[in-house]
Amino acid sequence: MTRETLLNLALLALLLLIPLAAWALDEPFLITLTTRAVIFAIAGIGLNLALGFGGLVSLGHAVFFGIGGYTMGILASHAQSYTPLAEWPLLIEGTNSMPVIWIAAILFSALAALAIGALSLRTTGVYFIMITLAFGQMFYFFAISWPAYGGEDGLSIYVRNRFAGLNMMDPIQFFAICYALLLATLFLMSRLVRSPFGLALGAARQNTDRVQAVGQMPYRLFLTAFTISGAITGLAGALFADLNRFVSPTMFSWQTSGEIMVFVILGGVGRVYGPVAGAALFILLEHLLGGLSDYWHIYLGAILLGVVLFGRGGLYGMLTGRQVAHD
Amino acid sequence: MTDPVLETRNLCKAFGALEASKDVSLTLHSGEIHALIGPNGAGKSTLIQQIAGGLRPDSGAVIFDGQDVTALNTAARARRGIGRTFQISSLATDYTVLQNVMLGALGRRGNIWRFLRSVMADTTLLAEAEQALEQVGLADSRAVRASELSHGQRRQLEVAVALTLKPKAFLMDEPMAGLGIEGSARMLSFLDALRHQAPILLIEHDMDAVFALADRISVLAYGQVIASGSVSEIRADPIVRAAYLGDEDAA
Repeated sequence: MTRETLLNLALLALLLLIPLAAWALDEPFLITLTTRAVIFAIAGIGLNLALGFGGLVSLGHAVFFGIGGYTMGILASHAQSYTPLAEWPLLIEGTNSMPVIWIAAILFSALAALAIGALSLRTTGVYFIMITLAFGQMFYFFAISWPAYGGEDGLSIYVRNRFAGLNMMDPIQFFAICYALLLATLFLMSRLVRSPFGLALGAARQNTDRVQAVGQMPYRLFLTAFTISGAITGLAGALFADLNRFVSPTMFSWQTSGEIMVFVILGGVGRVYGPVAGAALFILLEHLLGGLSDYWHIYLGAILLGVVLFGRGGLYGMLTGRQVAHD
Repeated sequence: MTDPVLETRNLCKAFGALEASKDVSLTLHSGEIHALIGPNGAGKSTLIQQIAGGLRPDSGAVIFDGQDVTALNTAARARRGIGRTFQISSLATDYTVLQNVMLGALGRRGNIWRFLRSVMADTTLLAEAEQALEQVGLADSRAVRASELSHGQRRQLEVAVALTLKPKAFLMDEPMAGLGIEGSARMLSFLDALRHQAPILLIEHDMDAVFALADRISVLAYGQVIASGSVSEIRADPIVRAAYLGDEDAA
């Protein structure tokens, strides 16, 4: 077993054992904290497909996180007030079924990523960063000025949505759902990066000329990666909204985009499990340093600087060395 | 004579006042090596770019395999069978040698839209990739990262990737550059045999190699073909000697 596999398993075990212990000790706060880390990990895994595997530095992934969140918020608020979402041309009711909300969140964020990616991917480098940031700001200000769903104040959902047979208000059960989705996402991602598409995407990241010379279009590869990436981050957004039972424009803010990027960079850019480590470390630091000072981001900034300057490849780079090329 | 595999018809390309290609018409027939020589800045790379699809000519046409491909982009031309190697090695340097050739084999088949199956377990692709590595003599380095290859090995890998595309014509931009004496000799005999698989349009600065390999030579100067013919014709051509080969060497 390689060091990387060991670290992956240790990380997954840790994320499972902490909430189980907390459950046994009746410490629901700790369960919620871990659930947050798991959801952030999914968001980071989404971004990592674009950022790490495709080399697309997107500073606008909050758009998809937010769309996921608002999909949940809008569907659930209509279900909670028993008002239909639309009556014409066909009747659309709200829903409080989690699977339906997840699928809707994935669909809408994928559509948004397809549209945003189609435009943004005509640029590269710093222009790409700027245009994704600009899209993020557009959605942020739109959400702020949309009174139907709470505007600046956001939307509260009083009861967590339902998942067949489980009591979602029980923290450990909701955690179990999120954890299962994390495993599914990790499984999907580890298959994806080893697939023909993954090989071609990685080559496009390294050298677009090379990919064209073998008869493939880098633009299509990037756009597909960006769309899948947005969809995964959108799913995380829906879960995050459900965790808090609250959605607000903050989910769309550029700080959220930055935080998702921090998960990826802290954990290891282009490593399948990197964002899991990054999100876990982020939550740990937020909890520990946040207890020390309200200005804990200063310390986080210093740590991030250290990781970027000295530990190329984030936590995974430091602990397992350079990625072994798969074969 | 049969129809050429590759043909450029009156290609013109200007960058502002600089005319990089002036009315360039060339043909490449099956089984031959057609060398393109000329001093630096003569427009050789610009011409290759227009043939490969990276640059659109201002006027003129590129005919490949009987069809006008002038409007197609690089990827589409590669799929039709233009196999290109670059002047400066252009590989996926984080990937291993094997992954690089797998990419070529994958690209040719166009089967990249598969998301869940493992690419390195595809035995058909692997066989094609391994065969290309055998052919250029890189099979022992299959697990080496491309960034760790020597300069000469990178050139070999470039050729191997082009081979996996099973092209109908090769465009090779200075495949011998920086290879050293032994490497050049190996590449020379390799290209010599390769012409029977698919014809080669060869840009090369190494005159000995050009004279040893080429069936035909075209000389480019200031964007124009100033001479075209067999090796002996080019050697004897007074304009070429004045413009390029240098009169003092001719004696």
